Amino acid sequence: MSEQTTSPATTGPQVQTPLQEFWGYFSQNTGAVIGLVFIICILIVAIFASVIAPHSPIEQYRDALLLPPAWLDGGNSAYLLGTDDVGRDILSRLIHGAQLSLFIGVLVVTLSLGLGVILGLTAGFFRGAVETVIMRAVDIMLAMPSLLLAIAIVAILGPSIFNAAMAIAIVSLPHYVRLTRASTIAELNKDYVISSRVAGASSLRLMFITILPNCTAPLIVQATLGFSNAILDMAALGFLGLGAQPPTPEWGSMLADALQFVQRAWWVVTFPGLVILLTVLAFNLMGDGLRDALDPKLKQ
Amino acid sequence: MFQFIIKKLMLVIPTFIGITLLTFTLIRLIPGDPIEVMAGERGVSPERHAALRAELGLDQPLLVQYFDYVKNIASGDLGRSLITKTPVTEEFLTLFPATVELASCAALFAILVGLPCGIIAAVKRGSVFDHSVMTFSLTGYSMPIFWWALLLMLVFSVNLGITPVSGRLDVTYWIDEVTGFMLIDTLLSGEEGAFASALHHLVLPSIVLGTIPMAVIARMTRSSMLEVLGEDYIRTARSKGMAPMRVIVVHALRNALIPVITVIGLQVGILLSGAILTETIFAWPGIGKWLIESIGRRDYPVVQGGILIVATIIIVVNLLVDIMYGVVNPRIRHSK
Repeated sequence: MSEQTTSPATTGPQVQTPLQEFWGYFSQNTGAVIGLVFIICILIVAIFASVIAPHSPIEQYRDALLLPPAWLDGGNSAYLLGTDDVGRDILSRLIHGAQLSLFIGVLVVTLSLGLGVILGLTAGFFRGAVETVIMRAVDIMLAMPSLLLAIAIVAILGPSIFNAAMAIAIVSLPHYVRLTRASTIAELNKDYVISSRVAGASSLRLMFITILPNCTAPLIVQATLGFSNAILDMAALGFLGLGAQPPTPEWGSMLADALQFVQRAWWVVTFPGLVILLTVLAFNLMGDGLRDALDPKLKQ
Repeated sequence: MFQFIIKKLMLVIPTFIGITLLTFTLIRLIPGDPIEVMAGERGVSPERHAALRAELGLDQPLLVQYFDYVKNIASGDLGRSLITKTPVTEEFLTLFPATVELASCAALFAILVGLPCGIIAAVKRGSVFDHSVMTFSLTGYSMPIFWWALLLMLVFSVNLGITPVSGRLDVTYWIDEVTGFMLIDTLLSGEEGAFASALHHLVLPSIVLGTIPMAVIARMTRSSMLEVLGEDYIRTARSKGMAPMRVIVVHALRNALIPVITVIGLQVGILLSGAILTETIFAWPGIGKWLIESIGRRDYPVVQGGILIVATIIIVVNLLVDIMYGVVNPRIRHSK
């Protein structure tokens, strides 16, 4: 977001640890810090969801259908953000939804990052036919819009939150493969790799212990952006009825039946989407900040 | 130039084969017996089961099935819908104009808003305008568009009553379908107010679908302009005393637009997948809604065929963008 042209003020021969240096760059970016704070808040909310949430996310209060938020006429302070069409507390559903969304994010990023790194390293390290096969497959996947491919996969496997997560993990693979391959190739002919090879390191050791740690910067940035993509795609699948199934409190599927209440209950429509937007925005802000801090060369 | 195009074309072929493999495999990944899955709870008699197996070619070896599939695709046969029994290609062709109309309007909106915003933001770097453009574009980029659609609907259709909620045309009009493009058909019909109604129905869906491309275009234009504005030849032009407007429009913009064109081309994929969500919400009778409904109805030939067609369109558009890029920029054309 905000531009940074100056490097952190280093007075004298003061030595900074890599972490301090990173933080120096990162903290200059206001947007990134705001993103980080928001993510930490969401994380805390998600971890302590069952303590913080005033109600159960799936309990239906039949005497409180479509109640407006507490500060409006007819609102009830027991239901801060109002209730939905079957009398479930929206705030509690959002809080539990945070748990689910972050969990999905972690699952998707772990799966796609892990597999992507292995494939990318293999392609970059061995080159030749292996590389051609992997990279062609990646190109094919990139030719399809990721949401469409995810929808196709879920349509085949059947709608469920786990299948949706698998689908999103598969469609986000190509970016990790490409990034890892590119950095692997860049590192491969550097002296430290050659000397390690001369010293008799095995291929596996060279790949994962020598090369991989030096390829992490772009991967960390991509993983952060992967989080926002996973949350957004999951919500879209949930909205289309292909992700989480009722009564699971997932942000996207909370919006799925909201369409019919657009006319009389704006709160059912507004809050889940706002939470999705803010969370995705926070991850994107942080991703931008990380990119600037980890590799100034990548900066636009 | 010719060589360049041939080279690009050759690269597309393996990708296309890969896509056919993908759609072919997808349908075979359905857990359990595909015919029983397709039939769902209705169930099938053993005779019908065997007939369907033969009809779909599922009794053949896998390799034979794949070659049959490719042969059918090559002759334009993508199978028939299990529900309506009409050929998939025919259904696609009747619905496609609606999606093209929506996507073009969305693209137009994205370019008309995104491009100027990006240019002004770059020229007035660091200004309030620049910061707001960057904030808005990052928000637009993070937007869950299905929610954005609901929100706009809530404000403009429900509260203000300015725009219609769904569909392509007011029910009071009956228009003969000529081209399938509502804007053209209403004009051809000569019926008073029909064109305005069609336009009216397009506004919200276009804005919703165009939001993410607009954000991407604005960001890309800004960074590309910033890069070009820092070049020596711009400084030279300025120091020659050339009018600032001329420097920006004639000298900078022309070069800055090259990467922007690529980005615009790449938005086709985003537009087509965004159309799935937008069409579902606005009850827009295009291919996005058709695909989602087919998934709900377990109409697998339609899902398979639809995905193949959409992916093919995207490959072709990307190919055209690549070629355009080569035409605009000789450095690309003659590299390697």
